[in-house]
Amino acid sequence: MSTPVAVQPLPRGRVARLVGRRLRDWIPALVVLVVVLVGWQEAYRVLAIKQFLLPKPSAIGSTFWDNRSELLHAGWLTFQEAVGGFAIGSGLGILVALALARWRFVGRAMMPYAIAANAVPIIAFAPIANAWFGDFSKASKIAIAAVLCFFPVMVNTLRGLTSVKPQSLELMRSYAAGEVEIFRRVRIPTALPFMFTALKVASVLAMIGAIVAEYFGGSFSDLGTLIRSQYQVFAYEDAWAGILVACAFGIAFYLAIGLLERLVLRWQPSTSE
Amino acid sequence: MSVVVLEGISKQFGRGGTTAVQGIDLEIDEREFVSLIGPSGCGKSTLLRIIGDLIEPSSGKAVVNGKTARQARVQRDYGIVFQDAVLYDWRNVTKNIALPLELAGWSRKRRQDRVREMMELVELGDFGSHYPWQLSGGMQQRVSIARALSFDPPLLLMDEPFGALDEMTRERLNLELLRIWEQSGSTIVFVTHSIAEAVFLSTRVVVMSSRPGRITDVIPIELPQPRTAVTREQPRFFELVTRVREALHLGAELDRAAAEATG
Amino acid sequence: MSAIAVEPPGQRDVGSVWRAAARALLFVAVLAAFWGLWEGYRALWIHEAWTWPFAVDSSTMPHLHDVIRALFKPPSSGTGNKLITLLLHSAVFTAKEAAVGFALGASVGFLLGVVLSQSRLLQRGILPFVVASQTIPILAVAPIVVVYLGSIQVAAWFSVAVIAAYLTFFPVTINTLRGLHAADRRALELMRSYAAPRRTVLWKLRIPSALPYIFSALRVSASASVVGAIIGELPSGIQQGLGGEILVFHQYYSLDPTQLWATNIIAAALGIAFFIVIAIAERLVVRRAPENVA
Repeated sequence: MSTPVAVQPLPRGRVARLVGRRLRDWIPALVVLVVVLVGWQEAYRVLAIKQFLLPKPSAIGSTFWDNRSELLHAGWLTFQEAVGGFAIGSGLGILVALALARWRFVGRAMMPYAIAANAVPIIAFAPIANAWFGDFSKASKIAIAAVLCFFPVMVNTLRGLTSVKPQSLELMRSYAAGEVEIFRRVRIPTALPFMFTALKVASVLAMIGAIVAEYFGGSFSDLGTLIRSQYQVFAYEDAWAGILVACAFGIAFYLAIGLLERLVLRWQPSTSE
Repeated sequence: MSVVVLEGISKQFGRGGTTAVQGIDLEIDEREFVSLIGPSGCGKSTLLRIIGDLIEPSSGKAVVNGKTARQARVQRDYGIVFQDAVLYDWRNVTKNIALPLELAGWSRKRRQDRVREMMELVELGDFGSHYPWQLSGGMQQRVSIARALSFDPPLLLMDEPFGALDEMTRERLNLELLRIWEQSGSTIVFVTHSIAEAVFLSTRVVVMSSRPGRITDVIPIELPQPRTAVTREQPRFFELVTRVREALHLGAELDRAAAEATG
Repeated sequence: MSAIAVEPPGQRDVGSVWRAAARALLFVAVLAAFWGLWEGYRALWIHEAWTWPFAVDSSTMPHLHDVIRALFKPPSSGTGNKLITLLLHSAVFTAKEAAVGFALGASVGFLLGVVLSQSRLLQRGILPFVVASQTIPILAVAPIVVVYLGSIQVAAWFSVAVIAAYLTFFPVTINTLRGLHAADRRALELMRSYAAPRRTVLWKLRIPSALPYIFSALRVSASASVVGAIIGELPSGIQQGLGGEILVFHQYYSLDPTQLWATNIIAAALGIAFFIVIAIAERLVVRRAPENVA
């Protein structure tokens, strides 16, 4: 009498669920990477791209290897600033989103201002941040990175917190559940996917913010200043090596957040990128 | 003893806006199965929510389980089931059923025992670890029913719970609902669009019409209990279905007359 | 609440006048509150000589009215005109770069999104790199782009537009992809029942379904293009844009801090102006409720 109809089986393999997709899915990207690298290496023969502007991958690779400790150290320093800014900016963004979801009246009134603030080029603010915290301090870079992270995280988390179905709220009211309970059991779990999407965006922005802030005055051992000084002596291969280190840290940060997302959102049938 | 007493209940939405229901007087006794049926906009869902203190009436009195509707809600005297199962994606079946028990502060042991009982009741015993997206619509509704009954409320409010399901699943779940009703001994207020469903399940059918939403007729259904698939083939069943249909048509005609009169 | 409330039409006009007045009042109130907070914070920190998070004096936090006044005085950098005239000219210059960059980036992003939507294989191969491309610090790559394009006789401002396009295309690609896949399954089945060719389905169903998503991305991209233009100008030695002015007034900061603050205000106005243009365009093109997200 009660034979079930249309039940999906539980996915097998915890690693598969963790990685989110089978390793096989990464093959096309790997192929593209190899093709691009090989093409790049040989391109100067075919196209008239000046070597000094876009050096061969092998040249960049060897330059990186020669200076790896200096580069990695600089990258690590910049990365610390980015993580610091990310933590502060995202943390504040989440807190403000929680407050605005709790007191919706304020949120609705303030929304156009938040949207306008999001449109402001924070980058223009970087030199002022340096004036506040001192050119060589980490604090100014952290501040810029934090401001860059704040808005995407706040807006998206708020959206998630308020996208709860009205019937879900009726259900909770039928249980005479208080606001705190509703937040804990419904709004926050609903908001998590939105929040993680924003955190992934923020992770990339934090790195970029840190480097731009360094451009306006950084200590001599961070990545932004390093790359800039390489340009000034026309050492393009070194500059590129620095750029790729920045890239690598950015990608690593992004993937780390993605991994955290998969761990936390284990219950989703498919985590969408 | 009356579980629900409604006196002169009316509800207007917005300042001087639409009248959802007007002048509703209704008494529902213990262990009754009462269906609310009527065209769209007759206020049956609104009325259900007034009973559940999810909407405040503009005027009139609602007494639920001997208390005000608000007290009844705060003391969790009823469970509610919607057309959409409203299960939480991030909780498996066991945890979904346990939700109201967690809110009521039950101990883990007590929760576990009760959830198991409920899953047996709705015959989903093996699916505790499954997540909602892995279940069919009918199974999700069964979880929703199990959750609504988990804390043993005297009253069960149901808003077109089987509306989104196919006819065969619906008929099967109707039988299951009657079995659950009998075993739990609760009172059920059931909103539906389907005349056959209302007649099959209920002890009384309340026919409503719209503009303004009001009760046109209350039809007692004296078909033998327990009802089975055979009941649907009895002549008396068809007679009652016709009676309800005629009451609905009468309501619609009164509607139209009123609309023409006011232009 | 599952209310079915509908406002009767007659009452709407009176209500909307009230609401507009309320919004204007709120705007003034917010500005006043901001001004009050600024001056209050400033006064308190100076009085108590607190140094966390940073020391407050007329250099780090000039009076707001001094900043406004600076706009109407001649700048330290020379030209006789008022600062605001100079800044507005620079803003227009940067706006041109940003607008061209936006058009370029949005088109490329849209095309890329459409192409990627046609093949899962392409998606798996290319998408990771599209995402990774955004981790390249554009500020660091900008000089190379400018030099290279300069060597093939491309004007410097166009190089900056290319850099702005770089920051613009990504959100558009991602959202175009998402939007194209968001078409209602039943609408797709209907198309199949008409034996509609793939291209027709694309143009008549998928793209219209994708428009809300695309506009949501365009709003983000509009601001991103301004950011890209400013960042692109910084290492490129371009004097006429806002980026150039930021560098100049950064140098003059110790002499007169209000000018850099004034530049920031103009830059903020530019960013907001771009956003508003897109929001208006969206209201005209997408005759549906737009997604209320920045």
